[in-house]
Amino acid sequence: MSKILMKGNEAIAQAAINAGCQCYFGYPITPQNEIGEYMSSKMIEIGRTYISAESELAAVNMLIGAGSTGTLAMTSSSSCAIALMQEAISSMATAEIPGVIISVMRAGPGLGDITPSQADYFQSVKGGGNGDYRTIVLAPSTISEAVLLTQKSFYLAMKYRNPTMLLADGILGQMMEPVEMPEGNAFSTVNTDEWALDGTGEGAQKRDGRSLMSLHMGDDILERLNHRIFKKYAQIEEKEVMYENYLCDDADIIITAFGTVARVAKSAVNAAREKGIKVGLFRPITLWPFPSKELFATAKNKKCVLDIELNMGQMIQDVKIALNGSVPVEFFGKTGGAIINSSEIYNKILELSKEKQYGTNLAASI
Amino acid sequence: MEQTLQQVFKRPEPYKKNYNYPFCAGCGHGVVLRLIAEVLEELKIHTKTIATASVGCSINLDKFYNLDIVGADHGRAPCVATGVKRSKPDKIVFTYQGDGDAATIGFNELMHTALRGENITTICVNNTNFGMTGGQASATSILGQVTATTKNGRDPKISGYPAKISEMISNCDGAAFVARVAIFSPQSIIKAKAAIKKAFECQIKGLGFAFVEVIAACPTGWKLKPVQALEYIKNEVTKVHRLGIFKDFTESMA
Amino acid sequence: MEKSIIIAGYGGQGVLFFGTTLAQAAMIEGKNTTWIPSYGAEMRGGHANCSVKISDNEIASPIIDNADYGIFLNDKAMEKFEKTMAKGALVIGNSSIIEKSPSRDDVNYLMVKLGDCAQGIEGGLLNIVTFGYFVNKTQIIKKESALSALEFVSKKKNPAFLKRNIDSFEAGYKL
Repeated sequence: MSKILMKGNEAIAQAAINAGCQCYFGYPITPQNEIGEYMSSKMIEIGRTYISAESELAAVNMLIGAGSTGTLAMTSSSSCAIALMQEAISSMATAEIPGVIISVMRAGPGLGDITPSQADYFQSVKGGGNGDYRTIVLAPSTISEAVLLTQKSFYLAMKYRNPTMLLADGILGQMMEPVEMPEGNAFSTVNTDEWALDGTGEGAQKRDGRSLMSLHMGDDILERLNHRIFKKYAQIEEKEVMYENYLCDDADIIITAFGTVARVAKSAVNAAREKGIKVGLFRPITLWPFPSKELFATAKNKKCVLDIELNMGQMIQDVKIALNGSVPVEFFGKTGGAIINSSEIYNKILELSKEKQYGTNLAASI
Repeated sequence: MEQTLQQVFKRPEPYKKNYNYPFCAGCGHGVVLRLIAEVLEELKIHTKTIATASVGCSINLDKFYNLDIVGADHGRAPCVATGVKRSKPDKIVFTYQGDGDAATIGFNELMHTALRGENITTICVNNTNFGMTGGQASATSILGQVTATTKNGRDPKISGYPAKISEMISNCDGAAFVARVAIFSPQSIIKAKAAIKKAFECQIKGLGFAFVEVIAACPTGWKLKPVQALEYIKNEVTKVHRLGIFKDFTESMA
Repeated sequence: MEKSIIIAGYGGQGVLFFGTTLAQAAMIEGKNTTWIPSYGAEMRGGHANCSVKISDNEIASPIIDNADYGIFLNDKAMEKFEKTMAKGALVIGNSSIIEKSPSRDDVNYLMVKLGDCAQGIEGGLLNIVTFGYFVNKTQIIKKESALSALEFVSKKKNPAFLKRNIDSFEAGYKL
């Protein structure tokens, strides 16, 4: 497979097409516009569905419609517009309708700025919609990984009949790098015959009607449903966790970071290692399910964990829950759309490695 | 003269065998749901139909129908149906919505679905109020109508004017069939069924978006007795929401 | 060895195209590369820039802290990026329109009338003249790779541009 130089957004779009995505529904918002633009020509060329929806609300509800028939479908958007989709994402989770949502984060709150950010960790992972539900969230840090995880998003969405989000940031969406594009789908096809809507059929195929609803009124119905769905979530937590452990084994300091920031942190880790500072990087790839057990085991007996994010500290909550007070946690972040560069992270590592007492704010950080 | 017993009234095929009737006495929903079921059966399309339920009393679709049904959030049924139809273009896809859903919170979605000429059918039961939440004013409530949120009657200075959705949708080039009918008498019910049938035929022929607005009674929300509610439709509501076929491409393009 | 390059100028001067062609050439040589554009509001403000990294090894951070090479096509670019250049970095400046004088002692400068050179060629393109000049002076990538990259990206965009691109590249290369 030869490499091609591709923009992150376009690579995500092509990966979706190759995964077998039949329908794309979108609405423009920076910094993910190239996805819709790419789809508008490529999907039509091969006879698939592209709709420029009237709003993100419309787009995500079209996704529900396509998903209800067991069709691979996707929408893409960014921050303040992903906010508009949350009601539907919550409904998809409870109606168990699959669908892929690509979220390319920009800075917030509000309309914020179009510059890169990771401030929608809560929005994606904790769910901006109502009720008890989970969204599967995958966070790539390179374009090649974005390609793979886009295809995996379709697989996971169908396998678990759950909304699945690929969480990227403006940098990943806008940058280019050489990628190996799988010609087809790198993951297997999931059978949907048992549940998908297709009409009630004739003759031997005749069956009773199925309904996929998010309203579940009546004695105990919702209680039982939610418990059943949470058993499914437990399975996902058990089977689908992904993370990267980079030089953590002998490290004194563990950096936790995801997405583009983890990539930047890797440069800083390399630079620090050259100076003999023992530092490693733990990068959650699935943000939900969060690699809690794995992080706990990795950070055991380490001196300090340094969480780095392009926000005021969101994933750090999951980091702290995972560590459960076993290791002091420091934070370094930027918000408002500014990028963290590797020398800033390097300096932070240097500072921590010189501190005799790690985690002086241990009490405060738990 | 030899005589045989002929069945003149039966459970439509798309109905569930043991369906629950969840509506209030005198409610129009039961009639409209039956008309749709009869039409689906007569056109022999019920086994390849995927219905989209919406929010409001209209959500009770799955209590009645033995069909494939996907539920939509508030006002988004036309989008959900769009996704279904684009995924399964050979299936018959319809939305069943109320006026609070289609004409109020989901008006943007409805209009754009019509503008796209989406080849689906929307049946909108317009009872000029939010029935399920307790009879509050909706976009289609007529001037002077007393509701839970217009206790002295709808005053345009406070809450604006009624949305005449069929007229607005008929202005969309993508709409191929648009009709407003009402159910307050046997004759009007027969006309309503004819319009619903055309709206599905329109989809079968692939002509574009088909829309039927059915003015129906909500005695509970209107705080009227069922019979008074029917008179209210005839004497008041249809004076504002005029009945008629606003657009019909099924004849010219058949 | 990882090399980082910042290319900046007015929107319309082709700095993004310069960057993608450079990245394409690096990829042709089997190197790792990343390209990040300025986008959105920055672009609308009339100025554009992009960051390119080229390395034989895996590129961790695509973000440039202090660039090894700066290609500046206008004053604004000099003003914004000169101070962030790495010690010992090389700046190539388009002295046809840059009025600002170099201000750092620890950076090497090649201030060249790239704009005049481009205007001297029929259908000359400033960004590609600069690209040719840059390739010759730095040898970060081979000339052949640069030319095949140009062929690839020109064909993708507009085949008629290829000749203009080649002419411009050669002119810059010889400067």
